[in-house]
Amino acid sequence: MFQQDLANSDCIVIEGSNMAEAHPVGFQWVMEAKARGATVIHVDPRFTRTSALADVHAPIRAGTDIAFLGGLINHVLRNGKEFRDYVVNYTNAAAILREDFADTEDLDGVFSGYDPEKGVYDESSWQYEGTQVTAAAGQRQSPQPGASGAPGTNREEGGRGAGDEETHEVSRSEEAGSGGITVGGKPKRDETLEHPRCVFQVLKRHYARYTPEMVHEVCGLEPAVFTRIAEALTANSGRERTSAFVYSVGWTHHTVGVQYIRTASVLQMLLGNMGRPGGGILALRGHASIQGSTDIPTLYNLLPGYIPMPHASEHRDLDDFIGEAAGSVGYWGNMKKYAVSLLKAWWGDAATPENDFAFGHLPRLTGNHSTYQTIAQQIQGKVPGYFLAGENPVVGHANGKLARLGLANVEWLVVRDLQLIESATFWQNGPELETGELRTEDIGTEVFFMPAATHVEKDGSFTNTQRLLQWHHQAVEPPDDARSDLWFYFHLGRLIREKLAGSTDPRDRPLLDLTWDYPTHGPLREPSADAVLREISGTGPDGTAVSGYTELADDGSTACGCWIYSGVYADEVNQAARRKPHREQTWVAPEWGWAWPMNRRTLYNRASADPAGKPWSERKAYVYWDEDAGRWTGPDVPDFQATKRPDYVPPDDAQAEDGIGGADPFIMQNDGKAWLFVPSGLADGPMPSHYEPAESPVPNPLYSRQANPAREELRGAWNRPNPAQSEVFPYVVTTYRLTEHHTAGGMSRNLPYLTELQPEFFCEVSPQLAAERGLEHLGWATIVSARNAIEARVLVTERMRPLRVAGREVHQVGLPYHWGSNGLTTGDSANEVLGVVMDPNVHIQESKVATCDVQPGRRPRGPALVEYVEAYRQRAGSGSGRLPHNGRAPIEEKS
Amino acid sequence: MKTWLNAWPVFRQLTDGDPFGRGDAVRSAKTDSLVARTASADRVAKSICPYCAVGCGQRVYVKDEQVVQIEGDPDSPISRGRLCPKGAASRNLVTSPTRQTTVLYRRPHGTDWEPLELDTAMDMIADRVIATRRETWQDEVDGMTVNRTMGIASLGGATLDNEENYLMKKIYTAMGAVQVENQARI
Repeated sequence: MFQQDLANSDCIVIEGSNMAEAHPVGFQWVMEAKARGATVIHVDPRFTRTSALADVHAPIRAGTDIAFLGGLINHVLRNGKEFRDYVVNYTNAAAILREDFADTEDLDGVFSGYDPEKGVYDESSWQYEGTQVTAAAGQRQSPQPGASGAPGTNREEGGRGAGDEETHEVSRSEEAGSGGITVGGKPKRDETLEHPRCVFQVLKRHYARYTPEMVHEVCGLEPAVFTRIAEALTANSGRERTSAFVYSVGWTHHTVGVQYIRTASVLQMLLGNMGRPGGGILALRGHASIQGSTDIPTLYNLLPGYIPMPHASEHRDLDDFIGEAAGSVGYWGNMKKYAVSLLKAWWGDAATPENDFAFGHLPRLTGNHSTYQTIAQQIQGKVPGYFLAGENPVVGHANGKLARLGLANVEWLVVRDLQLIESATFWQNGPELETGELRTEDIGTEVFFMPAATHVEKDGSFTNTQRLLQWHHQAVEPPDDARSDLWFYFHLGRLIREKLAGSTDPRDRPLLDLTWDYPTHGPLREPSADAVLREISGTGPDGTAVSGYTELADDGSTACGCWIYSGVYADEVNQAARRKPHREQTWVAPEWGWAWPMNRRTLYNRASADPAGKPWSERKAYVYWDEDAGRWTGPDVPDFQATKRPDYVPPDDAQAEDGIGGADPFIMQNDGKAWLFVPSGLADGPMPSHYEPAESPVPNPLYSRQANPAREELRGAWNRPNPAQSEVFPYVVTTYRLTEHHTAGGMSRNLPYLTELQPEFFCEVSPQLAAERGLEHLGWATIVSARNAIEARVLVTERMRPLRVAGREVHQVGLPYHWGSNGLTTGDSANEVLGVVMDPNVHIQESKVATCDVQPGRRPRGPALVEYVEAYRQRAGSGSGRLPHNGRAPIEEKS
Repeated sequence: MKTWLNAWPVFRQLTDGDPFGRGDAVRSAKTDSLVARTASADRVAKSICPYCAVGCGQRVYVKDEQVVQIEGDPDSPISRGRLCPKGAASRNLVTSPTRQTTVLYRRPHGTDWEPLELDTAMDMIADRVIATRRETWQDEVDGMTVNRTMGIASLGGATLDNEENYLMKKIYTAMGAVQVENQARI
């Protein structure tokens, strides 16, 4: 859904987000809905400005959202509150599972297929009866993960270690690209939803113990508040009404982050809220184009448009790569068109049918090459070169010391930024110089600081949180040596190609064959961002801009840099630069900017009509079938083939989009259904289960399995864990943003107005915790973990409430994470106390919840700080954190 | 005497029915002659806020080739003219007193920054990419073709434009660098 559509919601649940403070301007649409009578609910450990404006604030313990949301699913299923017609027709509720599937209820916290040695799942028992499932985007040849060189494992509690090997098994989400997968054959269905092995019944049993009392025990939430929320949500869902969920990184920064979002998806599907006006799940992202940098990915596992990066063991040639996607049902059935058009955009005339369109020019993955893995390799001295482009990892990554040790062990570092951020000056004033763990003269890193241009000094497009591309026009020239990143990368590529010109080394072919001839303009020879956008959008056989991805071909006659963005340059016009004022168009505002795909503002919007194509209700009419015109219509672009009749039944041999029935809205799935149960594609289970955070003060009341058995760990002296239920680290710590600062501070701690508004790092604690530890309001506190100790000003506030959980009082500490040593306002970084332990699907760290100790007063300084933290580690049994020369401690395997 | 008193804003505030000094009482010849920077600007560029992903519309006011003001764009269907404190302060981003606008270089084991010409820096970086790529190139791993370097990594992209991310991914992939990541992983 898009932000303005929140105004159409009858109930909005904001959870894992402090929208009023972190996305304040978007929050106006929540207030608009409230003014129209909507119920607004805020679920969050802290009472914030979002809570203050909500009808209900539900304080829960950080890291327990699956228990809360699972409780809501149980409420819906137990009381028959699901939107039955939607569930039967538009989801996989009726599909029947294999007999050998076993639930976490049966196996006390693990699903069938768990390998305790490796800490990974074999998902074959999760399939539908009589079908085989494979990743839609990209074939895999081995039937299950485990290609080669399994990494270190944690045999006690599960958990995958990120080992030193260069190859290991492919994560299922890495393979799946878009996450879509292919079901071979049609599953058996029971549309009465009564079959004991149908998804609906399996789901019902899975959540049966997630009662209001269990929610109380796990989350610390009063049953009366829970019931009020459950009733508001179900009363505001159905034919006549829709409810929305809003989340941010409060949901993603967990060892079960993907499953958090899955739980909300399951709930919203059961309530029939997906693809409808005022319904859905809105992810609020935190950087101007973080959506764009995912779509056109500066991410290791993806190519543009969610095409996976090829994997060495499985994608030897283009046919291998396209694999079973070729000819399958759903839009991924066209993957070859998208992939070949990408290869043509990159390698032009050098990409021919005879050479597999230069598929061999693509480098191959052999496993997890994500950022924390790279840092661990840097510390080992294995990654000589590093570019930082507008990111400040020593403040923004969990465990800042880890990031600094990485930087101290590369040979050359290029930092592109507006300011001398902490990641550029770690060798000059990093905290380890004061503790004696590093010495400037010993650090061999060669550093180039390359000043960047601001958004007003360059042309380009951002993709906002609702997939909307918006162009920003250059206003002035950048000062001095400051240049856009477009300039930097274009001219760097030009120089490299010039230096390699004439090379006969086949390894240089990918660089020399590259299409890299963008027009430049002005005294700085700035490349044309417009020309780059046109390449992204794509061109047809005659060299003119295509209207969209349906024009792309797999024979090399078309070129397209990112198929989902295809059409952003339709009619040779920069559609992202459209700025028709909202007052002059419908509330959907389709002529402001351009949304991928095909300018559709709400995905899967065919679900806003019933199977026959009629609106579910007049009140919630959006996209519907116009019988007279013979097409889908409405204020949005239909996310469906425009003239496909609602009663269309695909013939058995139909492929790609033609295989999707007229009543199947979820066109990226090859069954056209939304999935309540995920038979393939997730590393940690087909249904979400509550696991405790890796660092938790209490036991898991639901299963004897404490934490996600498939979580990823990174072991070394530089990343020691706080043991679960440790009395040494008795408190829960969570991190968050302030309105007046931005992420790691590079764009806010150097702005006079903003530093005046939020001048100092602080910690939020309850009066009860302040009394327990002798903390004084406006005094100092030291926050300690097995990683590091930091100091912060104390803010004693009733906004933080201790919760009764598992028969004890659990205190939570809140830390804004923006500070560092440089800038107009300086302070310790909250991320110093956080460790790196990750979600196995996406390798994102659990930085929204960890444990800590809090003591009054300032932290020790110099070498005494190391001794102070080391003493904590010894008491907790975390292992020593003492570092050898230049921090080069090895990656450890757990014995 | 009356004229002198009348020129005193506090007197007018108390006598003209404007006790909080929000109306005519605070006007003077000086304030009457002031013109908003938005009115005196040479031109206006349409832009988008560079902070979070809400995507608020901005209008960038330029006078004498300097950014003199940034305001919310009332035409935007998302923001309807509003900006948060960060967006409203974003002129500071451009004009920040601590902004570093020239190239700096720290040699290995060096204890301070040194200046460096931009062209020289670009040339040195290109040389380092080529050398590191050669030294760390992998044709195969465990007998499987990989055609890559694990010696060059990159971090960042979420604060940049789509077009910039596109060129980054394209050139890194052609280099054989696979360890390309951004804030979306965080």
